[in-house]
Amino acid sequence: MELNQCCYRNNHLERSWDIDVYISQGGYEVWKRVLAGELTPQEIIDEVKTSNLRGRGGAGFPTGLKWSFMNRHAPGPKYLLCNSDESEPGTFKDRDIMRYNPHQLIEGMMIAGYVIGAHAGYNYIRGEFWEPYKRFTGAVEQAREAGLLGENILGSGHSFDLHAHLGAGAYICGEETALIESIEGKKGQPRFKPPFPASYGLYGKPTTINNTETLASIPMILAKGGEWFRDIGVANAGGTKLFSMSGHINKPGNYEIPMGTPFKDLLAEAGGMWKGRQLKAVIPGGSSTAVLPAENALAMTMDYDSIAKAGSFLGAGSVIIMDDQTDMVKALERLTWFYYDESCGQCTPCREGTGWMYRMVHRIVQGKGRPEDIETLKDVSGKIMGRVICGLGDAAAIPVASFLKHYEHEFRHYIDHGCSIYDRA
Amino acid sequence: MSQTQAVADNVIQGEVKTRIDRWLARYPNDQKQSAVIAALRIVQETQGGHLTKDLMDQVADYLEMTPISVYEVATFYSNFEHKPVGRHKICLCTNISCMLRGSDELLGYLEKKLNVKVGEVTPDGKFSIKKVECLGACGGAPMMQIGKVFYEDLTESRVDEILDNLE
Ligand SMILES: NC(=O)C1=CN([C@@H]2O[C@H](COP(=O)(O)OP(=O)(O)OC[C@H]3O[C@@H](n4cnc5c(N)ncnc54)[C@H](O)[C@@H]3O)[C@@H](O)[C@H]2O)C=CC1
Ligand SMILES: Cc1cc2nc3c(=O)[nH]c(=O)nc-3n(C[C@H](O)[C@H](O)[C@H](O)COP(=O)(O)O)c2cc1C
Ligand code: SF4
Ligand code: FES
Repeated sequence: MELNQCCYRNNHLERSWDIDVYISQGGYEVWKRVLAGELTPQEIIDEVKTSNLRGRGGAGFPTGLKWSFMNRHAPGPKYLLCNSDESEPGTFKDRDIMRYNPHQLIEGMMIAGYVIGAHAGYNYIRGEFWEPYKRFTGAVEQAREAGLLGENILGSGHSFDLHAHLGAGAYICGEETALIESIEGKKGQPRFKPPFPASYGLYGKPTTINNTETLASIPMILAKGGEWFRDIGVANAGGTKLFSMSGHINKPGNYEIPMGTPFKDLLAEAGGMWKGRQLKAVIPGGSSTAVLPAENALAMTMDYDSIAKAGSFLGAGSVIIMDDQTDMVKALERLTWFYYDESCGQCTPCREGTGWMYRMVHRIVQGKGRPEDIETLKDVSGKIMGRVICGLGDAAAIPVASFLKHYEHEFRHYIDHGCSIYDRA
Repeated sequence: MSQTQAVADNVIQGEVKTRIDRWLARYPNDQKQSAVIAALRIVQETQGGHLTKDLMDQVADYLEMTPISVYEVATFYSNFEHKPVGRHKICLCTNISCMLRGSDELLGYLEKKLNVKVGEVTPDGKFSIKKVECLGACGGAPMMQIGKVFYEDLTESRVDEILDNLE
C-alpha cells in the first residue's frame, strides 16, 4: 500500500507549509498553466470527471458534475467555498491538510474558482482550529505576495480573492447551507434544498462548495492526469482517500491510502488493536454512519460500494475502532447526547426526537430502562429519517438504529440487570 | 460622565476596532454582518472572557445590526460564553473517540485536582472546566483546548505539567 500520494504528499518535508517548499515540489505549476490559457475550464471539468473524484465531505457527490452546474459566464458575483468545518466526531483529516499542505488547498481553490467563474472564495474553518487557520492565512499571504492571487494575476487578466472565515463552535455549520448562513452572519440553520447553492448560495449568488480534501486533490489530478488518480482507486471510487483512525488502536492518526484498500490492512497500518485486545466494532465514516460488527468490517475494503455492502457508509473516512471491552450502550449514550446538543432546532422531529433518544438511552445506562424502551427507540429513530430539512436528523437516527440492530442484547442486559454486560453483578 | 469614562465604555476602538475592521475588509461592503462572529470573538477575548448584553449591543451598533440578531448568533455558537469563565478555560473533549481513550476519567481527575465541577471557576479565577464536543483532533485523544492551543495525548501527569506551567 503506497501512502500519502496526494493531499499529504508533502507532509513529511520540513516546513512543508512554506511556499518555497511547495514550489520545489512542483506546486503552482498547474495554476500557472491555467492562467496561461493552457487548460480551459471545460478541460479541467473533463479531467476531474475522468478522475472519479467524489466529494470528500461525506456525501460522495461527483465533483466534476457539481462544477458543471455552474454557469461561469453568468453575470454577477459567484463564490467558491471550502468546507473546513470538520466537526463530525472521529474526523480530523482536513486539519492536517491546512497545517501541513495549505498551498495545495489554495491552489485547488484557485483552480476551482476559475472553473466556476468565481471572483472570490472563502475557506470556512471551524473556530477551534486556530493553528490550521494561522497556517492557511499565512499561506494565502505568501501566495498573494508571490502574485499568484489577487488582481490580474500574473498579467492574465484573471482576478481572484481568497479569505478565511472562522466559525465559533457548531457542528451544524458543516452542512453546506448552514455554513452559508453562518458566513452571512446568522445562526447556522440549514436552508431547504433545492435550490442548491449552485443557483442560490452565499449572499444569494451562485456558489460552489467543496470539502477541503476534495479541493486539495485537484492540483495533483491536473498535474498527473485524471486517469492517474482514477487508477489509484477502484471502480466508482477514484484516487486516494484520507482516513482518520481513532479509538482503540496503537497508532491513531491520519492515513492517506488508495481507495479499495482492505480494512484489515488499514487497521494493521494503524498499529493494530491496542493492549492486545480483539476488535469488536467499527464506525467506518464518522459518528453519523452505521456501526459495524468486527466480522463485517474485516471483510470490507475501504471504498463506497464495499462499505455500503457491509452495511454502512464511507462518509468522511473517519474510522472509529472499538475493542472487545467497549460498552456499546454507553458509546451510544454519548452519541445521542451529541446530536441532541447540536440539533439546530428548526424541525420538530429532529429537535424533539434527538432529546427523546438521548433521555431514553441515558435512562437505560442509569439502570432505569424499561423493556418497551427498545421498541420506542427504534420507532423514534425511524420517524426522524427522511422527515427533516437536513442530514443531521438522519445522522442522529442512524447510530441509534445500527447500535440496536447489532447490539440489542447489551441494551437488554442493562434493562434486565441494571448494568453493562461487562459489569459483574 | 467624565470624558475618560465615556471612552472606556466604548470597547470597539483602538486595537479592538482595528482587528474587527480587518475582518470587515474580507466581506462585501454591504455585508458587514458577516463579521459578527469575528467581532464577538474579539470582544469576548479582550473583555474578560465572556459576553455581556452591553458588549453585544456595542457589536450590534458597530456592525449596524439589530441587537436581537447579535444575541441570536452569540447564543447559537458554543464558543461564546455568557457567564464568567476562568482566565484559562479548559475545554476537555468528551466525545466518542476521546471517551474511548479515557476522557471521562480525565474529567474526574481535573475536577478533583482543581476542586471545581464542570461549568465552575476556581476561587482564584484562574481555571474553569468546560466539556466540549469533538474538536477534530481525535487522533490525539484524549485532548483538550486551552486558549488557542490544543493539547493532545493527555495523561494525568501531562495535565499536571500543562496546568502548572500556565501563568
Ligand atoms: N466531514 C464532516 O465532518 C461531516 C460530514 N457529513 C457527511 O455529510 C453527508 C451529507 O451531506 P449533504 O450535503 O447533506 O448531502 P447531499 O447529498 O445533500 O449533497 C452533497 C453535495 O452534492 C450537491 N448536490 C446533491 N444533489 C444535487 C443536485 N441535484 N443538484 C446540485 N447539487 C447537488 C449538494 O449541494 C452537496 O454539495 C453525510 O453523508 C455525512 O457523511 C456529515 C457530518 C459531518
Ligand atoms: C450535519 C452535517 C454536517 C456536515 N459537516 C461537514 C463538514 O464538517 N465538512 C464537510 O466537508 N462537509 C460536511 N457536510 C457535508 C456538506 O453539506 C457538503 O455535502 C460538502 O461540504 C460538499 O463538499 P464535497 O462535495 O466536496 O464533499 C455536513 C453535512 C451535514 C448534513
Ligand atoms: S434536521 Fe435537525 S439540524 Fe437539520 S435543519 Fe432540521 S432541526 Fe436543524
Ligand atoms: S472525539 Fe475528542 S477530538 Fe474528536
